[in-house]
Amino acid sequence: MFTIAEQKGERTMEKDVLIKVSNLDLHYGDNHVLKDIHLEIVRNNVTALIGPSGCGKSSFLRCINRMNDFIRGAKVTGEIIIEDMNIYSRSTDVISLRRDVGMVFQKPNPFPMSIYDNVAYGPRLHGMKNRTKLDEIVENSIKGAALWDEVKDKLNSSGLGLSGGQQQRLCIARAIATNPDVVLMDEPTSALDPLATAKIEELIRQLKEDYTVVIVTHNMQQAARISDYTAFFLLGDLVEYGQTSKIFTSPKDKRTEDYITGRFG
Amino acid sequence: MDRKEREAGKGMSFRRILDNTMSILLWITALSLVLLVFGLIAYIFFRGWSALSWEFITQPPRDSMTKGGISTPLVGTFQLVVLSMIFALPVGIATGLFFAEYSSGGTFTHLLRLAVRCLAGVPSVVFGLFGLSLFVIMLGLGSSLISASLTLACLVLPLIITSAEQAFLAVPQDYRDGSYALGATKWQTVYKVVLPAAMPTVITGAILSIGRVAGETAPIIFTGAAFFTPEIAKSIFDEVMALPYHILVLATAGTNISETRHIQYGTVLVLLALVLGISSIGIALRNHYRKCSR
Repeated sequence: MFTIAEQKGERTMEKDVLIKVSNLDLHYGDNHVLKDIHLEIVRNNVTALIGPSGCGKSSFLRCINRMNDFIRGAKVTGEIIIEDMNIYSRSTDVISLRRDVGMVFQKPNPFPMSIYDNVAYGPRLHGMKNRTKLDEIVENSIKGAALWDEVKDKLNSSGLGLSGGQQQRLCIARAIATNPDVVLMDEPTSALDPLATAKIEELIRQLKEDYTVVIVTHNMQQAARISDYTAFFLLGDLVEYGQTSKIFTSPKDKRTEDYITGRFG
Repeated sequence: MDRKEREAGKGMSFRRILDNTMSILLWITALSLVLLVFGLIAYIFFRGWSALSWEFITQPPRDSMTKGGISTPLVGTFQLVVLSMIFALPVGIATGLFFAEYSSGGTFTHLLRLAVRCLAGVPSVVFGLFGLSLFVIMLGLGSSLISASLTLACLVLPLIITSAEQAFLAVPQDYRDGSYALGATKWQTVYKVVLPAAMPTVITGAILSIGRVAGETAPIIFTGAAFFTPEIAKSIFDEVMALPYHILVLATAGTNISETRHIQYGTVLVLLALVLGISSIGIALRNHYRKCSR
């Protein structure tokens, strides 16, 4: 595994790094959105990306599964290496990348189809036809998203009939149904009430047993509650990155301290 | 506001009068529209009701169209509608899909969009002449069911394209993002998510175009509608009778126009019922899709 001791002075040397980001720059046209980002994301941990609006944290998240490809004028330079493979190299198959790097969006976005079909969508895309296996995947994924007891009797009813929190857990079930290594979450609770948020947070803590979670949040308490590592972005720069406990108790950078103590943002 | 003013306000101040007048005016406008439509339907119904019978629908016209029914134009219109939809729907939906999902907004797209807009503004009689020169003469299809259907298909294409495009654009971007994020290709996303979600609205567009196709006269006069045929078209290369043209013939070129008034109104009534019937099927289908996606 890579060592990053010389970069940030963090002691992640002995940690199991899954995603290694180096020299990453992102432009939207003339707009320099991310500036020379270096970051190592540790396997089976929750990494939170925090920062004020427009700091580039969501854009960074969308670099990891190449959803920025859809934005006209977006240009990425540098490297993101997942499991020894640079996802921005020419030979990368974006389709299989997105199967391995799932994503949950800000607004719950179940497809207008049944709960079962929503979860089976990913596996079916990738050629899974065996009904018994599909049933198994669907059940396990919904259980994995802590939704099974609420929907097991109505798998054939529409996903749009669920409450907001349930819909978001359905989206999480959908994301983990392709058995990804990484689950990206883009402010997954910002459209939810506190109770639903608490459930999702609990779920995220469980998810890291099997997945590596990267979550964008505008809520610092949330970052402090659920993440193991925190990255603070400001105006396209990665200001500080390290263990959440350290970032929130003894930030090294003045700007980080100002942000987490609520002096701006 | 002191007491005096408030009492003055109790009377009909100008803005209160204006307010009431506007409410009444808008209600009258809306009501008169409803009255107009229902009045029209009721008028046609009462004038044409006496002509209706089982024979009227199942028998072809007889004795220089002064007797008998309208089975031949009825079936002809049905054939025209079905055939023109078979041509127009796939092309129209595909073009709408191209605009909404695939086009990049370059010069070619602009040109194509301009072409569609121009097509929508062309008078229907021009389509008739176009169909005559292209399908009937150049392609040698003759004055026939297929020529008329192709001409009608050209006529409704802009309508179908525009409504299909709107339907696809109305599908939330969230659905596409969700699909792509799971590793779907563009076609998988379109086929599995965008198309089903847009289907109800696409069908609504198709319904509108069916009404248009069934009621058009000018495009088919030159391309395949016959003044009179003894029986229904057995092949797509036969000429057909069609309800709108039959109405025109009865009302302007019959041997005894005033004597056949009730037949004319009866035919109009059947055309109206046919269009409404087809529309109801479309609406039922749309509701079915809506229920499925909810």
